[in-house]
Amino acid sequence: MKPSRPAQPWWLLSPMLLALGIFFLYPLLSAFKTSFYEWDLLTPPRFVGLANYRAILASGELLSSLGTTLLVSVVVVTGSLVLGLALALAVHRPGRVAALARSAVFSAYVVSWVSVGLLFLWIFDADAGVVNRALAWLGMPGAKWLTSTTLAPLTVALIVIWKVTGYAMVVFLSGLSALPPEVSEAAALDGAGPVSRLRHVTLPLLRPTAAFVATTSLIASFQLFDVVRLLTQGGPVRSTTVLVYAIYEQLFRDLRVGRASALVVIFFVVLALLSWLKLRAFRAEEPA
Amino acid sequence: MIGERSWQRLALGFAVVAAIIWLFPYAWMLLTSLKTPQELVKAPSALPGALRADAYVEVFRALPVARYLALTTVMALSIAALQIAIALPAAYALGKLDFRYRGAAFALLMSALLIPAELRFVPTFTLLSSLGLVNTLPGLVLPFAVSAFGIFLLRQALLAVPSSLIEAARLDGASELYIVYRLLPPVLAPSLTAFFLVSFVHHWNDYFWPLVMTVDESVRTLPLGVALLREQGSGVRWHIVMAGSTILSLPALALFALTQKQLLRGLGSNVG
Repeated sequence: MKPSRPAQPWWLLSPMLLALGIFFLYPLLSAFKTSFYEWDLLTPPRFVGLANYRAILASGELLSSLGTTLLVSVVVVTGSLVLGLALALAVHRPGRVAALARSAVFSAYVVSWVSVGLLFLWIFDADAGVVNRALAWLGMPGAKWLTSTTLAPLTVALIVIWKVTGYAMVVFLSGLSALPPEVSEAAALDGAGPVSRLRHVTLPLLRPTAAFVATTSLIASFQLFDVVRLLTQGGPVRSTTVLVYAIYEQLFRDLRVGRASALVVIFFVVLALLSWLKLRAFRAEEPA
Repeated sequence: MIGERSWQRLALGFAVVAAIIWLFPYAWMLLTSLKTPQELVKAPSALPGALRADAYVEVFRALPVARYLALTTVMALSIAALQIAIALPAAYALGKLDFRYRGAAFALLMSALLIPAELRFVPTFTLLSSLGLVNTLPGLVLPFAVSAFGIFLLRQALLAVPSSLIEAARLDGASELYIVYRLLPPVLAPSLTAFFLVSFVHHWNDYFWPLVMTVDESVRTLPLGVALLREQGSGVRWHIVMAGSTILSLPALALFALTQKQLLRGLGSNVG
């Protein structure tokens, strides 16, 4: 359609552009600039060149928080993808049980991270938590779910899987609904059993959906913060200090705005790379 | 080889197990909130002897729950309203009007999807603090004025709206503002509802932004207040913390139960 006046589209877009400029573009450019300064929010900023980046690299904190973020993300993406797909296949049918399971699994996605975080802090409590109590009742030793450096990142990932699998399931369900039923029916007429129909018909057709779920949840996992802040505060011994938590610490605990900004710039580059990956995953799926 | 019948049974069994795994934590939260501290010390995993609401009384005494609820709701409603007010004209321009650089404007918007609040908060915090907006309602609302997700959702819905509808309104002398805010909303109702619900629930639950943007009671939201329950007081407090968690999760769960279909419509749509 032609706009009624040539400038009309820009008037209509102006509130959006203004807000994007103030709350998206400016913060990014400002973070880039601040990353070359030393600033504690109290005294005037001091130009230090690349010192913030050098300090981050030298301290190893970037590598360790990137590694932690990657570990948690890989477990979360794999877990929620496999579980979300399996659940979608199981509940993609009429009936009360399937409807109940759908709602139950998805409800976790709707509840505040604060409720979920506090709840699992209690469930995984080393002394009085129900998980360790149940293990003791079965005669098995309990585990330091959130207080051991090896286990804590995995427990955090497990809790994130519980929270976000409902989203993966919903996307897979809409992918399943979009599949033409004739294909599967034709395969059944040809004598293909449920397992071989799944392997040779349904799963290949769901590949674009899986790529969407995987890349979307990978990007979301890189942005995790709430669960860490509520459950472990990055510990024990920084074993759950993910990227966003590291930025938060630099700013609010150490008042190092410059160093926090340098981490933001690096984080942005990482996110841009992941999104590029996401785009590529889609291009690859498009028919030539 | 597995036959159709056993395949069906396997799926059903899996669904039952999943329902249990996902519902158990809620049951545990509720049960714990109904216990006494003595019960928690002696047998933390046993069922409560009698159902007591003491923990809820304690939560209401420790926190201004009604105030937090009202403030959180006002904040989430303001964000959703602002997002919709900005999204409608933007989606209309991007979905219906032809102009130079439309593709560029759309690409700019989509790249905003890349930048979460967690990445923007350092400069936004210093910007808002220089404007004196830290610890105020506008400080909680304004940074979320643009929802790239919402604009995308409305634009997709607008692509399916026949242009003749809009042209007819123009011939009747309707202004563009009338078209955007009066003519289109009823046509876009399903997408607008989904957009509203996703935004409202997300910001109602939000922990991160209120955490960095508030310094005292004046604009503290419910998630923040409940998170503080764990840090206050001493001794065994799990029943109180779980009571707070229950109070916090109930409104979101109730809204979900009432609007499941519309909410899933919004979230199920694949936004690039």
